[in-house]
Amino acid sequence: MPLRQLTVCAIVAFTAGLVVASFATFRVFLPGLLEGALVTVEITIGGCVLAVVMAFVAAIAKMYGPWPIRWLAVAYIEVFRGTSALVQLFWLFFVLPHFGILLDPLTVAILTLGLNVGAYGAEVVRGAISSVQRGQWEASTALNMTRMTALRRIIIPQAIVRMIPPWGNLFIELLKATSLVSLITISDLAFKAQQMNATTFRTVEIFSIVLVFYLAIASVITVAMRTLEERAARGIARGRA
Amino acid sequence: MTKLWDWGYTWEILPVLAKASIVTIEATFLGFLLAATFGLLLAILRMSKSNWVSVPTAGFVEFVRSTPLLIQIFFIFFVFPEFGVNLSAMTAGVLALGLHYGTYCSEVYRSGLANIPRGQWEASTALNLSPYHTFRDIIIPQAIPPVVPALGNYLVALFKETPLLSAIAVLELMQTAKILGSENFRYTEPITLVGVFFLVFSLITAAGIRQVEHWLNRRGGN
Repeated sequence: MPLRQLTVCAIVAFTAGLVVASFATFRVFLPGLLEGALVTVEITIGGCVLAVVMAFVAAIAKMYGPWPIRWLAVAYIEVFRGTSALVQLFWLFFVLPHFGILLDPLTVAILTLGLNVGAYGAEVVRGAISSVQRGQWEASTALNMTRMTALRRIIIPQAIVRMIPPWGNLFIELLKATSLVSLITISDLAFKAQQMNATTFRTVEIFSIVLVFYLAIASVITVAMRTLEERAARGIARGRA
Repeated sequence: MTKLWDWGYTWEILPVLAKASIVTIEATFLGFLLAATFGLLLAILRMSKSNWVSVPTAGFVEFVRSTPLLIQIFFIFFVFPEFGVNLSAMTAGVLALGLHYGTYCSEVYRSGLANIPRGQWEASTALNLSPYHTFRDIIIPQAIPPVVPALGNYLVALFKETPLLSAIAVLELMQTAKILGSENFRYTEPITLVGVFFLVFSLITAAGIRQVEHWLNRRGGN
């Protein structure tokens, strides 16, 4: 399966490259778009890392924390899942400085996207952890493991395998959400598209290429996650044998 | 001057925001209506026996699902006029929302359609029903109710994406809040109020969906 997708990916990239190379006029705006794509990738990676960390912290706090921490985690998850990502972005960008916290736009972008997707991820992590059979907990108790050790060494490794596919979806959601940061003055792909559009008026080409760029980044994420999924599944299979 | 929260200002802007929230709700409902219809169409096209129909449909769904909504809004708003299709900002926005979530809804419908036992199709053929009647009278009434909760989740998701319409200057909640903020140099109150509005409405809708789910489960059990 990944092989087929990789091939499709390569063909798409190759054709896109061919099309681009055949139009000299593209040189006017292509470097700008590539620069923007780099920023988009940067924010996506930063956001993904933060999202995974936040998701694990929030999920474990919600499931096993003492009540104040549990409530805090629930509040975090509900607030970030219940409000719009754009509103969160604007809130961190416009309102935080009012309280004396001045962050640069890139930090705000990574922070918002990471926190937003992390809230969704927390539910994914929670679902995966609670889907591990009860017998595993009981066996850990029988082996005289503490709850923390059992969670760390027995439960989470099994849960991780199950949560890889939904995380792939969330990472693509995060990639797509990075286009929002163009609205808080970060020169990502979407911002560059608008900028180039305003200066060159080659609307059709620019927005079409930008769509293809996003598709290409998304396919890379899909392929990477599929590979990871297969690796992880193999590891489990070996463990059982 | 540097009050953390200005109640006088809050009461002043509340009616303006309440009026703008009507536009947000309008965009949500129109967009979701379009998404639900378009999604069903895509799901049925994707089931087509001809590869010439099903493969391009699947490709279209994948493409729309893996590119950002914001760019799609820009595409419809800025690129369509190049081909002579001039749309107002609101129409372009609703169209983009409908198309984007239509592809998500099509996946939901697809799972609903896939759960219909083959015998239902065969019985329809045995009764000599046309494809139209098979879908309208046999398949759709069985396929849709179980997927209503999943569709409801996309209603909430679509609702939370409506602030993106502010990027093409639709005067919905977010755009109004931004204008209020820039007029009064206070962003705290308008943007926080918008956040609260979204939180409250999402929670209410989510509760409503759970109620519908509960009701459907009970009905199914009888």
